[in-house]
Amino acid sequence: MPSIHALANPARFLKVARPLTPWLFWVGVALIAIGAWAGLTRTPADYLQGESVRILYIHVPTAWLGMGGWSGLAIASVTYLVWRHPLAHIAARAIAVPGALFAFLCLSTGAIWGRPTWGTWWQWDGRLTSMLLLFFVYLAYLALARADAERGGDGRIPALFGIGGTVLLPIIRYSVVWWNTLHQGPSITVSGSAIDGAILWPLAFTLSGFTLFFAAVVLMRMRAALAHAQVEARLRRLVA
Amino acid sequence: MTAKHQRLTLALLALLAITGAALLALSGLRDQAAFFYAPADLRRAPPAAGTAIRLGGMVARGSVSKAADGVTTRFVVGDGQATTPVTYRGILPDLFREGSGVVAEGRLDTAGTFVADTILAKHDERYMPPEVAGALHKTETLER
Repeated sequence: MPSIHALANPARFLKVARPLTPWLFWVGVALIAIGAWAGLTRTPADYLQGESVRILYIHVPTAWLGMGGWSGLAIASVTYLVWRHPLAHIAARAIAVPGALFAFLCLSTGAIWGRPTWGTWWQWDGRLTSMLLLFFVYLAYLALARADAERGGDGRIPALFGIGGTVLLPIIRYSVVWWNTLHQGPSITVSGSAIDGAILWPLAFTLSGFTLFFAAVVLMRMRAALAHAQVEARLRRLVA
Repeated sequence: MTAKHQRLTLALLALLAITGAALLALSGLRDQAAFFYAPADLRRAPPAAGTAIRLGGMVARGSVSKAADGVTTRFVVGDGQATTPVTYRGILPDLFREGSGVVAEGRLDTAGTFVADTILAKHDERYMPPEVAGALHKTETLER
């Protein structure tokens, strides 16, 4: 696979990542701003939930990125284990922090929506509990990756953990289908959307906006990690 | 090349094994992991009176009534196959309404009535503006 090998070269990666980062960041921020403005002023309230329906414009992207982040982390982990590309390891570690943050935002926006809608901040139902587990798994990955790096490990153990945590993704996705849950079933499926078009459209902006923003943060963190490694290598040469 | 292929095979096998293990565990968990029982579940395997459980389903249309004391509500929860009468003393959530989903925490009494301590409104996956909802069913949805 020449494309992976080409991007696995840190110098070539930086050549692409450096100009790409501000584009992803600012286009992402603009899309989020448009989506937030439209979602707050241009859409009707829901017939049952009233105004609190607008939380969905943040809740859905954070849920998608909390889970999508772990998918990326798992793919990077497999790439690292099989092809041993150091960039894949850096990518996995770079994804973990924003991934954990978005999982947390998903849980908190869900709680804020749940209070007026269900009448409770939190219940131990299948969807809520499995998403909380994903948040904890992110934290565990961060602790493990840091401990591994401090011990001078090669990152194989966190990569294995990254693959193992993938189990949670289908559980979160299908929890509302397999079990009776307080959380409603999926609104958007391959066969269409149960969210009326008049309410749905700003979600496209915030969903794509947060995704680009997430990618920009990951690229920034990867560049910072590469720069850090470079500094350390230089210091080691100075000492030697 | 062979070492790389070996690692790839191992990684894929590990992924397969983890997924298989998770699916087995989940199918074992199926009943225990449910957040609530439906009325049909209660009829099939009635829990002992006084055991704390959750009951979920749809509030039957026309079944909600206030008792004379003004704070006790009676209604019937159904799931299309069975129904369970519920009594609840307290303030109902805003989204509690007839024909809508509800989850009640409480216990069955000896007469088969569910005595609820907490009522949670369950929202379904449909989101729509009031005009659309009003056109679909003109009954109680426009009262807001």
